[in-house]
Amino acid sequence: MTEFLLLLISTAVVNNVILVKFLGLCPFLGVSKKIDAAIGMGLATTFVLTLASVATWMLDHWLLVPLDLGYLRIVGFIVVIAAAVQFVEMAIKKSSPQLYQVLGIYLPLITTNCAVLGVALLNVQNGADFLHATLYGFGSATGFTLVLILFAGIRERLALAAVPKAFAGAPISLITAGLLSLAFMGFSGLNLT
Amino acid sequence: MLTSPFVRKPASVQSVMLTVLLALLPGVAAYVWHFGAGILVQMLIATLAGLATEWAVLRLRGKPTSLFLSDLSAVVTAWLIALAFPPLVPWWITALASFLAIGIVKHLYGGLGQNPFNPAMAAYCLMIVSYPALMSQWPAAGQLDFATQWHLIVGGARDLDAITGATPLDALRTALREAASPSSPNHALTASALMDGPAFGLAGGRGWEWVALGYLAGGLLLLRRGIITWHIPGAYLGALAAIALLMWGLRPDHFASPLFHLVSGASMLGAFFILTDPVSGATTPRGKLFFAAGAALMTLMIRDFGAYPDGVAFATLIMNLCVPLIDMKTQPAVFGHKQD
Repeated sequence: MTEFLLLLISTAVVNNVILVKFLGLCPFLGVSKKIDAAIGMGLATTFVLTLASVATWMLDHWLLVPLDLGYLRIVGFIVVIAAAVQFVEMAIKKSSPQLYQVLGIYLPLITTNCAVLGVALLNVQNGADFLHATLYGFGSATGFTLVLILFAGIRERLALAAVPKAFAGAPISLITAGLLSLAFMGFSGLNLT
Repeated sequence: MLTSPFVRKPASVQSVMLTVLLALLPGVAAYVWHFGAGILVQMLIATLAGLATEWAVLRLRGKPTSLFLSDLSAVVTAWLIALAFPPLVPWWITALASFLAIGIVKHLYGGLGQNPFNPAMAAYCLMIVSYPALMSQWPAAGQLDFATQWHLIVGGARDLDAITGATPLDALRTALREAASPSSPNHALTASALMDGPAFGLAGGRGWEWVALGYLAGGLLLLRRGIITWHIPGAYLGALAAIALLMWGLRPDHFASPLFHLVSGASMLGAFFILTDPVSGATTPRGKLFFAAGAALMTLMIRDFGAYPDGVAFATLIMNLCVPLIDMKTQPAVFGHKQD
C-alpha cells in the first residue's frame, strides 16, 4: 500500500510529466488561460492517459510481444490512444456541450499529446507490470492536471498585472513556466523511502 | 499629533518597508556578533545591486525613478537575499541574485505589488540550483576574522573545505542517515545525542539560534505594529513544530527535534519576513493559515527527505504557486451575504 502511495507521489510531483520531463507542453500553454478550462482539460487528459496506459499495456503484452511485432509499437499505441480520445470526445460532447466548446481543438489534440504516448512508451521501457503501468499512467495524469490548474491560476492573475508590453502574453507565460519548473526542482532528489 | 482614535495615520509603502528593515536589525546584530561583519558587506553589495537594477528597469519602463526607489522595497528584497544566502559567497553571486530578483521576478511581472513569486526566494532557488557548491558553504560561529571574510567575498581563492562546512541542518541530516546503517558506530543514536558536536549549540546550530531569536524579536515588533498579522507566522511555526514533533516522537533516531527545526535554517526569517510578503502570499485570513501550514509541510519534506540544505525557499515558491487557488477558495463572504 505504502509502495503504491509513494509511486503516485513520485510520478505526480517528483517526476512531474510537464515540469521535469517536459512532456505535454502544448496543452500546458494552450489551455491554461482559465481555471475552468484547465480543470476540464486535466480531467479529460487524466481519463485518456489512464485508459491509454492500460490499453497499450494489454496491446503490448498480449499482441506485440508474443507475435514479435515490436516495430509496430508506436503506430499501434497511437491508434489505441486515438480511439480513447474519440471515446472521451463523444462522451464530453453529449454530457457537457459547454466544456466541449471551451476545450475546442485541444480535445482532439490530446491524441497528439506527447505525454500520453510518452507515458505509454516509458511503461514499456521500464518493464512495468499491469498494476504499476496503470498507477504510473494515473499518477502522471494527476501531476499533469495539478500543474495545469496551478499554472492557470497564476495566468488568470497575470492577465490583470501591468506586465511590460514586450513581455505581455506568451513571453511572461513562458517565464512563469520556468519559475514553476524551478519551484518543482525543490522536490528533486526527494527520497521518501 | 493624533488625538482622536478614529484618525489613523496613513501607512505608506515607504514607512512599512522602513519598519521591516528596522525589524531585521536585531537578527543582523546577532549575525554580526556571532559570524563577523562579512554579512554587512553582503548586505551592502545586495543593496547597491538591487537599487541599480531597480533604477535601470524603471528608466527602461519609463516610470518615475525617485518615487519607486525611495519606497525601499528593493532594499528589503536585497537584505533578505543577503541574509538568506551563505555569508561568504563571492560578491557576484549576491549581485547577480539581486539583479534576477528585481529585474526578472519583480519587474517583468509589472513591479511592486504584482509579482506572483517572492523575488528573494526565487533568486535563492535559482542560485542554489545553478551554483550548488558555492551556495552550501556556511561558516561556523566566530571562525573567520573580517580580513579573511573580505578576501573570500571579493573573490579570493577558496580553499574552503578546511574552514567551512554544511549547515547544522545538513550536518544533522547526514549524521542521522549515516547512523541509520547498522554498521555505523553511531547506530540508533537519537538526534539529540548526535547534536553533541562543536557545530551545535543549545538548541540548533551554534550562533544560528541567537540569529533566529533576533528575527523572532523583529517579527514580534512587526506584529505589534500591525504590519503583519499573526496568521502566517503562527500557522507556519505551529505547523512546523507540530509535524516535526510527530515525526520526532515516532522516530527520534531518524528525525530532528521540533525545537531544532524552529531555530535552524531560515525558519524564523521565513515565518516573519518572507512568507508574510503581502504581494506573493495569500491574502484572506483563512487562506493565510492554509498557505503557511502548507509551506511548513513542504519545508520539512525538503529538509528531511530532499537534497537541498534548507527547504524554506522552495516551500515559499511552491506555496506562491498555490496562492491564486487558495485565495479563490477561501474568499470570505461579503458582509450581508450568506456564507455558502
